[in-house]
Amino acid sequence: MSTPGAGARRSLLSVEDLHVSFVTEDGVLRAVDGVSFDLRAGEILAIVGESGSGKSVTAQTIMGLTRSTNARIEGSIDYSGRDLVTASEEDLQGIRGEEIAMIFQDPMTSLNPVYRVGRQIVEAIRAHRDEPDERARERTIELLDAVGIPDAKRRVDDYPHEYSGGMRQRAMIAMALALEPKVLIADEPSTALDVTIQAQILRLLEELNSERDLAVILITHDLGVVAEVADRVQVMYGGRIVESGTLDQIFYDPQHPYTWGLLGSLARPDRPRMRRLSQIKGQPPSLLAPPQGCHFRPRCPHAFDRCTEVPRLEARVGDSHADRCWLSVEQKRNLRVLESGDIGLEVPAA
Amino acid sequence: MARFIARRLVGMVAVLFAISVIVFVIFNVIPGGDPAERIGGRNQTPALRAQITKDWGFDKSLPVQYVDMMKKIFTGSLISYQNQENVIDRIKQGVPITLSLAIGAAVIWMAFAMVFGYLSAVRAGAFTDRALTILSLVGISMPVFWLGAMLLYFFTFKWQIFPTGGYVGFTTDPVQWFTHLLLPWLTLAVLFIGFYSRVLRSNMLDVMNEDYVRTAKAKGLSERQVRVRHVLRNSMIPVITLFGLDFGAVIGGGAIITESIFSLNGVGQYTADSIVNVDLPPVMAVTLFGAFFIVFFNTLVDIAYAWLDPRIRLGTAAA
Repeated sequence: MSTPGAGARRSLLSVEDLHVSFVTEDGVLRAVDGVSFDLRAGEILAIVGESGSGKSVTAQTIMGLTRSTNARIEGSIDYSGRDLVTASEEDLQGIRGEEIAMIFQDPMTSLNPVYRVGRQIVEAIRAHRDEPDERARERTIELLDAVGIPDAKRRVDDYPHEYSGGMRQRAMIAMALALEPKVLIADEPSTALDVTIQAQILRLLEELNSERDLAVILITHDLGVVAEVADRVQVMYGGRIVESGTLDQIFYDPQHPYTWGLLGSLARPDRPRMRRLSQIKGQPPSLLAPPQGCHFRPRCPHAFDRCTEVPRLEARVGDSHADRCWLSVEQKRNLRVLESGDIGLEVPAA
Repeated sequence: MARFIARRLVGMVAVLFAISVIVFVIFNVIPGGDPAERIGGRNQTPALRAQITKDWGFDKSLPVQYVDMMKKIFTGSLISYQNQENVIDRIKQGVPITLSLAIGAAVIWMAFAMVFGYLSAVRAGAFTDRALTILSLVGISMPVFWLGAMLLYFFTFKWQIFPTGGYVGFTTDPVQWFTHLLLPWLTLAVLFIGFYSRVLRSNMLDVMNEDYVRTAKAKGLSERQVRVRHVLRNSMIPVITLFGLDFGAVIGGGAIITESIFSLNGVGQYTADSIVNVDLPPVMAVTLFGAFFIVFFNTLVDIAYAWLDPRIRLGTAAA
C-alpha cells in the first residue's frame, strides 16, 4: 500500500548522480550509471530490476562494500550530512551495522560456518558498543526471539548449519537489527527461500518497518514481493533508474515500456489467463558496451530515432512519478491499451 | 566430539594393523627365496641363518611368522644381525634428535608461511605479493641437498658462525642445541615455507570472496578483524591438513637428507645407513615407525579439523 503522506517525510539517505564502474580485463564495466534517489524515514523503497541492472551494486556502494582498487565510484551518497562516497574507511565502519545495516540474498552462505550464530551477532554488537559479553549475549537472545527463532535461549549456541534457510535469514535480520540502525538494506532477502518462508520474512520486514520506524531499501527482481510490502518503487535497467513512483503509480499507471514488460511477465492468479505469459525479447544490455542512448532501446518494441539520445528521468505524469522514455504520455496511453493483455493491466477508464 | 575422537582412534589402530601386515608381506613374503638370508646381513654364516629361521619362525606358517615379527618389535628384541645392535634402542636414541629437527623446522615453516601467505593475500597483485611469490618459488625449487650444502659451506666453513654439524641435547646445553639445529631447521623449512605460503595465499583469496566475509564487513568490523577472525580461520583448514601430513612424513623419514648433511644421528640418518648396508631389520622397524607417525598425525589433523569446522563433527556423527 502506498503511503499518501510519504512525500512529506524527511529524507534520510540521498543518493545523487551515483556512478560505479569496475575496470576489468575486458574493459570498463559501468554497473551504475547516474542513479539518484532519496530514502525517506520509515518507508520501504523497492528497487526492482533483473540481474545486472545495478541494483545490488547500488546497495553495496551505499555500505561502501564495492570499494576496491579496480572500482571507480563517483557522485554522492548523503547520509545525515556525511558523504558515504568520500568517507574514510574508519567512518564507514562506524556507520555499517550501527546506522545502516544490510542483509543479503543467500542466508546459506552469509553466516560464517565456523562460528556459532549467537557469537556472530554478539560480534556485531561488540564491534560498536563496549558491552560486556554477557549483556551482548542476552541482547542477542532477545533479538533472535524477536525475529521468531523458536527456543532462542538454546538455539543461540547453534552453528549456522543447524539452522534452516528461513531461520538463517531471520538470524541475519536479527544481526542487522542488533544496533537499531535507521536504515536496513535488504538485498533480495527472500529470493533463496521457499515461497512460504518468503512471505514470513517479508511480513517480518514489514513489521519491523512499522514498529521500529525502520527505513528499508528492498532490492528484488520479484514484483510480487514489491506489491506485498513496498511504499515506493524504482525500476532499474542497465545501471539506470528507468521509472520511479509510488507502488500504485508503478502497478496501475506504468510509464516505461520496460516496466510494462516486467508487469506483463508477472503471473497473476487473480486474473483469468488468456495466453502464455509474455516475455521481454532479447538480452539485458552488456554493461561493458551498453547501447547508445536509452539502454532499453534494442529490446523496446516502440523505439524510434530519438531513442539514441538518453532521456532524462523526469516527472511526466505527476509530481512523484518519473520515467525515462521519449514517448509522449498520450502515445504511451494508447500503446498500453493496445497491449493491455500483455501487460496485464486493467485498461484505465480513459 | 568425544565420540568423534574415539572413532578416529579406532580407525587409526585399524590402519596401523593393515600397514604392519603390508610391511610384513613386502619384506618377508613377496621377495621369495630364503628370508633368513636377506635378514642376515653381509657377514652371515649358515649357523646364523639357521638361528634366524628359528627365531623368526620362517619354518612355520605365515600368520605365525607375522606374530613373531610383531612380538620382536613390541618387546624391543629386534636386533640387527650386521652389528648386533638392538634396533628399537637405536631408534629410541634417534627420536629426540629427529623430533628436535622436525618440531623446530615446523615452527619456523608455519610461522613464516602464515606471515608470508597473509601478506601476499592482503596485498594481492602489489609489489609485496610479487616479491613473496618469487621468493616462494625459489624456496620450492631449491633442492634440500644443495641448500644444505650451501648453508654449511658459507655459515660453518667460510664465515664459521655455526658449528659444522652434530647434535647437542637440549637438556645438556640449550644454546648449543639451538645453534647446532638452526641451519638444519632452515634447510628443512624453506621448501615448506614456499609451498605453504602459496597455499594459504590462494585459500585466503578464495575465502575473501565468500558471502560471510561481506557480512562481517557489513557489521562494521575493521579490515583487520575481518581478515583475522573470518578469513584466516577459514583459510587455515586446508593448511592444517597439509601440515599434519607433512609433519608426520618429516618425522617418519622425510628428514633423511637433512639429517645426513648435518650429521644429525637421528632416525633418518639411521634409515639411510641401514639402507646403504642392506640391513633389513632396521629398515623394517623404521618403515613401521614412519607409518605410525604419518597415521598418528593424520588422526590429529582430523580432530583439529573438527575443532576448526563444526560441520565436520556433525557429518561424522551422523554417518
